[in-house]
Amino acid sequence: MKLELTDQQKMIQKMVREFADKEVAPIASELDEKGEYPTKTLEKMAKLGLLGIIIPNKYGGAGLDTISYSIVVEEISRKCASTGVITSVHNSLTAWPIMKYGNEDQKKKYLPILAKGEKIGAFAATEPNAGSDLGALRTTAELKEDRYIINGDKTFITSGPEAGIIIVFAVTDKKLGTKGISAFIIESDMKGYKVGSIFEKLGINASKTSELIFENMEVPKENLLGKEGEGFKIALATLDGGRIGIASQAVGIAQAALDESIEYSKQRQQFGRPISKFQAIQWMIADMATKIEASRYLVYNASYKKDIGERISKEAAMAKLFASETAMDAVIKAVQIHGGYGYTKEYTVERLFRDAKITEIYEGTSEVQKMVIAGSLLK
Amino acid sequence: MNIIVCAKDVVDASEMKIDSNTNKPILEGISKKISDIDKNAIEEAIKIKEKHGGKITAITVGTPDSKERIKELLAMGADEGVLIPYPEKYDYHIVSKLLAEAIKKINEYDIIICGEASTDFFSGQIGPKIAGLLNISQITYAFNLNVEKDKIIGERNMGENSVTTESSYPVLVTVTKEINEPRLPSLMEILGAANKPIHEWNADSLLNDTNTKIETIDIKGISMERKNIVFKDNIDDSVTKLVDSLSKDGVLG
Repeated sequence: MKLELTDQQKMIQKMVREFADKEVAPIASELDEKGEYPTKTLEKMAKLGLLGIIIPNKYGGAGLDTISYSIVVEEISRKCASTGVITSVHNSLTAWPIMKYGNEDQKKKYLPILAKGEKIGAFAATEPNAGSDLGALRTTAELKEDRYIINGDKTFITSGPEAGIIIVFAVTDKKLGTKGISAFIIESDMKGYKVGSIFEKLGINASKTSELIFENMEVPKENLLGKEGEGFKIALATLDGGRIGIASQAVGIAQAALDESIEYSKQRQQFGRPISKFQAIQWMIADMATKIEASRYLVYNASYKKDIGERISKEAAMAKLFASETAMDAVIKAVQIHGGYGYTKEYTVERLFRDAKITEIYEGTSEVQKMVIAGSLLK
Repeated sequence: MNIIVCAKDVVDASEMKIDSNTNKPILEGISKKISDIDKNAIEEAIKIKEKHGGKITAITVGTPDSKERIKELLAMGADEGVLIPYPEKYDYHIVSKLLAEAIKKINEYDIIICGEASTDFFSGQIGPKIAGLLNISQITYAFNLNVEKDKIIGERNMGENSVTTESSYPVLVTVTKEINEPRLPSLMEILGAANKPIHEWNADSLLNDTNTKIETIDIKGISMERKNIVFKDNIDDSVTKLVDSLSKDGVLG
């Protein structure tokens, strides 16, 4: 057993780290403050292949493994958690289900667009009354001749206002419960597609989150993803991968909190010496670093198992649960280490503090992750 | 245009710390990287190749693990790499001779590009020494290059002035960091680098005489300590005292 990144993965890490330092870090705070979507950053990322990390070469992507994908999301999130989640959703919640469940025509049509970043991806499952409980979906899709007519409202959709390609879940047969849910590839210019309210959020402000409203949206029959009734299965499998992305984002945020804390504690002088010389600070730093290391290995483990084709519901849930709680713990400590300064917008940890919370909530709350973990152990 | 780039694999000086007891740099555990200005050299080579075609060979005199960093140069756009592991003893002179011999072995070249100096020792000797050993012309400290079919025109940074120099080929150029912004390789280019060759040439096969002429006696950190003088009076008095104090230290000219 060798717990080490390959030379190639190290090179990717180095490249993305350099990119994040040069292109992401300098504008992260401004984008957060203005609530501005990182459109230009995404264009630059597309040129480096970062929007098609896992998409196979023949569809214009880099065709890389899940560990490389985790590395990219971590390194981007370390400088801007908003850009991190957009990257994660685009790759794992939009491209991946098309790669896995799409037919050849769908792959040829949509994957190159996603790989080139010509359109940004989104994933629309959540509704006002159906979050983790997908069985309660109310959006309907009715087949009429050569097209489905979709009606319903989706909410909390990451990149909602900016997305061009959206994976949408709707009920095609109510009688069948979760087996009556189907998945569709939607384009934002389809008739009847509308962006609803854009949410004002606590954090990840540069990633726009909105409602999507479908009013008699006309979707060509060939845009059904997989077969009718496979939607629930597709959603769960996709979210397993998505959770690796969010766990990676959480590791990135936590690492940033640690980086900032180390730097600040060595500079900040109190009682005649840097506060890093005090045990109270040292213990916080040590706790943060240890949990971050553990989180990262949980992420790599889930990624590795995904790459060798194992089912990863439990591993992805564990990684997401532990990494997101680590991120929250790390940002609380980081603000504490920064004292009054950490509470101001002058310091990065203030943004990290706000950004971390969502990782315990979206793509399944910590409580849902525990349900998944316990469920797989107590079968 | 066939271009050879000499790139050094160095410790990342931004990670380097000085041991407060011995005043020596702590080099263990520090990551390595291609010297910053050599990245400008490779970038310039790629730009020339993009315009005029040809082939880029990157040569590094380094340690066996320097291959990892050579791969980065291949990912950026070099076509092949050459690694010459350091002989047991070496100095600027030996490294220049090894590079010159390797260049002779490659034989076909129009332009050799080096960074003006490396970010670790910053001697600035290697480029000019290679030009001397190969008996070819050189344009040093170039911050702008204009490559034409029969000649190359370089603007050289001479501090407060610049000097424009023209040369025929072959030529050796050393570049400054102002010349360009090195690119980052894309994921696809990183993957593609795995298929590009890196040759390993032993120092023995290139040079018979590896006697060194320069001996490094010691490496020490420069200690910078704050005086921690705080002027707490009202602003006018404090400013007067600060100016007096700075004048006494002779830092106000």
